[in-house]
Amino acid sequence: MSTPETDWPDALFSSLLEAGIGTVAYVPDAGHARVIALAHEAESITAVPLTTEEEGIGYLAGAWLGGLKGVLLMQSSGVGNCINTLALAAQARFPLLMLVTMRGEWAELNPWQNPAGGAAEESLRLMGVRTWRAERADEVEPLVSGALAMTFAGDMSGAVLLGQRLIGRKLW
Amino acid sequence: MSPAAEALERRAVVRTLLAGREDLAVVTGLGSPSYDTVAAGDHDLNYYLWGAMGSAATVGLGLAIAQPRRPVLVITGDGEQLMGLGALATIAVQRPANLTIAVLDNERYAETGMQRSHTGAGVRIDQVAAACGFAWTAEVRESAGVDQLRARLTAFTGPNLAVCKVEPTDLPRVLPPIDAVYLKHRLRLALGFPPR
Repeated sequence: MSTPETDWPDALFSSLLEAGIGTVAYVPDAGHARVIALAHEAESITAVPLTTEEEGIGYLAGAWLGGLKGVLLMQSSGVGNCINTLALAAQARFPLLMLVTMRGEWAELNPWQNPAGGAAEESLRLMGVRTWRAERADEVEPLVSGALAMTFAGDMSGAVLLGQRLIGRKLW
Repeated sequence: MSPAAEALERRAVVRTLLAGREDLAVVTGLGSPSYDTVAAGDHDLNYYLWGAMGSAATVGLGLAIAQPRRPVLVITGDGEQLMGLGALATIAVQRPANLTIAVLDNERYAETGMQRSHTGAGVRIDQVAAACGFAWTAEVRESAGVDQLRARLTAFTGPNLAVCKVEPTDLPRVLPPIDAVYLKHRLRLALGFPPR
């Protein structure tokens, strides 16, 4: 049975469609699996798998130049890969929204996730990226729809962090 | 083989590629490829990167996907493309027929003092692109090859990538506009989007 605890990826994806998002670039994460699958199924979306997260920043800049709106999906371990490339979005004021599923912040059993997980939000802010944080399922849709509105109206960089308690424990 | 054996004059390569360009949109990598491109004539449909090294090809990919009926050319250098080798795999998966990448390969990092790059040690970026699945790739050392590349720009049979071996000259800089916001708006207005 679906519940608000499990429906948030569908609500998130609906927000993308309502905002006119036409392309979704991503490096896979288990927390994004449902949204990635929906992006590949949707006729109105060009889904673009990346080899590394910073490719998405250049890709979405070019898409915006050509009139196509998109978002970038990644796990917190990918934030560090983006740091220098974020200059492109900052310097040109390209609208950029990153949706970041968190690892290394709660009930994490792979300690290699902890350094990047602990530094992800502060790193984004240091690079001038506005951040919002969702810890509960009912927070996701309003935060994502609001972040979409602000980043595209304001030609600014933003990131919605989807907390590890929301995603759930990874069992080993 | 060193580029001194047979190599092209980089600004002549860019002039040839951009002659009679019509609706071609151009993205340039930081450094010499940007100078070469503006030396051939600034244009509303040019987007010059001054940083974000490794991103020229991905910016070109986004523009090519957003504007599928418009030819898009990325003009970059060997060092810039080496920082974005993974992007070649990403582009090959999308297979944008309207996208061409021209790598001006002097086998050097000219901007920082002419240090040798990996291509000077034998790394073949065109063969990387071919292995990724680009529709057409080439290593070009003669002007006839540049003419063939020029014909590919508007053939819509890409993605294409050509490594153009160029002389390791240090030419006078011709600087493009540096304000990235201005360049963004200029290009979008030229494509017909309303002012922001």
